[in-house]
Amino acid sequence: MKHNIYSLLAILISLSLTPKQSFSQDDLMDLFESDEPSTEYAYATFKTTRISLGQSVENPANGNLIFDIQHHFGRLNTGIYDFFGLDQANTRLGFQYGITDWITIGLGRSSFEKLYDGSLKIKVIRQSKGKVTMPFSISYFGDLGINTLKWQDTTRTNYFSSRLTYTNQILIARKFSSSVSIQLTPTYIHRNFVETSKDDNDVWALGVGGRFKLSKRISLNLEYYYIISQETAKNYDNSLTIGFDIETGGHVFQLFFSNSRGITEQQFIPETTGNWLNGDIHFGFNISRTFVLKKPKEFREKTNL
Amino acid sequence: MKKIVITLILINAIFLTGNAQMFITKNGKVSFYSDGSLEKIEAYNTQVNSAINITTGQFVFKVLMKSFSFEKALMQEHFNENYVESDKFPNATFQGLVANLNDVDFSALGTYDAIIEGDLTIHGIKNKVKEIGTFEVKEGGIIGSATFFVKLADYDISIPGAVTGKIAEDIEISVDVDLKPRPTN
Repeated sequence: MKHNIYSLLAILISLSLTPKQSFSQDDLMDLFESDEPSTEYAYATFKTTRISLGQSVENPANGNLIFDIQHHFGRLNTGIYDFFGLDQANTRLGFQYGITDWITIGLGRSSFEKLYDGSLKIKVIRQSKGKVTMPFSISYFGDLGINTLKWQDTTRTNYFSSRLTYTNQILIARKFSSSVSIQLTPTYIHRNFVETSKDDNDVWALGVGGRFKLSKRISLNLEYYYIISQETAKNYDNSLTIGFDIETGGHVFQLFFSNSRGITEQQFIPETTGNWLNGDIHFGFNISRTFVLKKPKEFREKTNL
Repeated sequence: MKKIVITLILINAIFLTGNAQMFITKNGKVSFYSDGSLEKIEAYNTQVNSAINITTGQFVFKVLMKSFSFEKALMQEHFNENYVESDKFPNATFQGLVANLNDVDFSALGTYDAIIEGDLTIHGIKNKVKEIGTFEVKEGGIIGSATFFVKLADYDISIPGAVTGKIAEDIEISVDVDLKPRPTN
């Protein structure tokens, strides 16, 4: 009986080989069909390294330098006197550089709180299908902020460490289809120094962000940060941003409306005071320009091709 | 039963050895180049599948669009996401024939001009094409190469309004495949 099964198997295997031979006269294309599936990684989960305000799972490629120009204006409800907020610009200039395809370092300075920031973003897992299937992309984002405003209270002993704030985020994103991507962003912010004893030194928050493509080159982006820490939640508002990515060939412009004035995570997550319903809405935009400092291997060795 | 099995295996073996007229590669090269006033676009793909049957003149290509490598990573992303829409149309293919098969002697070393005719499919759009290329028959293989132009509009690849006129509408494509005899198991 066992012997028969082996024989039967052998016949089946033989038969399954037969069509492969007959194709040789018919369709050469079939030669490539039996290829082992390769791993296909998700790309363009978000269009840039930010959803609107907050970080996305995207990194600049190895050797690429991104120059960021970010503006958040004042509140729309300040009316014509402040030209609907445009008179009060909060500006951040920043650089991000891809040391590898999965490690990014960043530096920046915001005018609000004269804040310097240094950041590190590391891709941990990439969403993929095919040979290796992975439902999510996961990245870590860490940021150290240095507030360089003059000390408000000079009568007390001020330590440099009081200027520091640490932000830690886990970015978990999934590109559901070519037009829909969603990201969850658990966030932990530690502030060495807070203004009143009622403020939390440690703030926990959960961010939710999404990208919805409206056309090939325009997408609608939504971003919401829910503050978990109780004292902060009592005194501050959750940050809500509605924006658009507009890709124009070489550049990506991000335009958005938000109830947050701050540009960096440590500002817009725990320190948002605007209320959408009261019209405390800030217009803002990001422009990023990418410079290729290190060409991909194929282009460095172009003469060999 | 055993006899049947042995016979089948033998038949298989005979068929499999009869494949010497097939030449194949999985790392052929395709590159494209366009020089518009705004952007010079250049990309390479070195994982191109190609096969030729030298008896019938059948000649095919299969190009995975995501394998194109650009100088600027952002350009590569735009190419896949907005221009050729690689998620919807992962491959570009060519299925055709060597039209002047009588002029090409695959059994003798040398370089031959070839007329390649067939269907080129890019971005899901199939067009009849006829291009001139060469075959270089050498020891242990055939090198096929060709350079031709493709009009983006023919393949429904749209250029955004803001950069119309700044990106060239004709793309120069170079093909270079080093075909080896198909291994006969």
